[in-house]
Amino acid sequence: MQLGRVLGSVVATEKAPGLEGIRFLIVQPLDKGSRPEGETLVAADAVSMAGPGELVYFVASREAAEALPERFVPVDHAIVGIVDDVHVEEEE
Amino acid sequence: MKVGRVAGTVISTINIPLLDEHRLLLCDVEDVNGKPSGYTIAVDVVDAGVGDTVLILDEGSSARQILGLDHGAIRAVVVGIVDQLVVDGEMRQLT
Repeated sequence: MQLGRVLGSVVATEKAPGLEGIRFLIVQPLDKGSRPEGETLVAADAVSMAGPGELVYFVASREAAEALPERFVPVDHAIVGIVDDVHVEEEE
Repeated sequence: MKVGRVAGTVISTINIPLLDEHRLLLCDVEDVNGKPSGYTIAVDVVDAGVGDTVLILDEGSSARQILGLDHGAIRAVVVGIVDQLVVDGEMRQLT
């Protein structure tokens, strides 16, 4: 799982079967210090509660589909939790 | 599996139900010389702590097998605490 920051949402009316009712959010992946790292992506919101500005963590690939109520849906990233706090030990 | 070092913990209240009962560790993934190459957030099943060098399983179906699940969105699991590493005949004692 990786950390990410929700930047916005994506609305699509015409979707592949199995994606009905799923919210899609634009996510900026972050490094462990919560700094942006890599390109933004679109992730399904498996907690149905994440919103813009929030720090979240997400899964990729096959596990993303596993996070949703219906399995084997065409999804490659899914938000599985909202982060309250990250404790990282200071680097020596 | 990969070798990594526990850098910290991730606290989360709102998550998918499966993650309610698991502790999450933020781990630096390292190469054999201890050089970091990215990070991952992994589920802890061995009670590892910050600073520990650990063995990280990074494959979905093995992760589900360890956690006794038929399905679930978990891929990375901390499955061991490393005591010693021997690389090119050079030994690193870690605990």
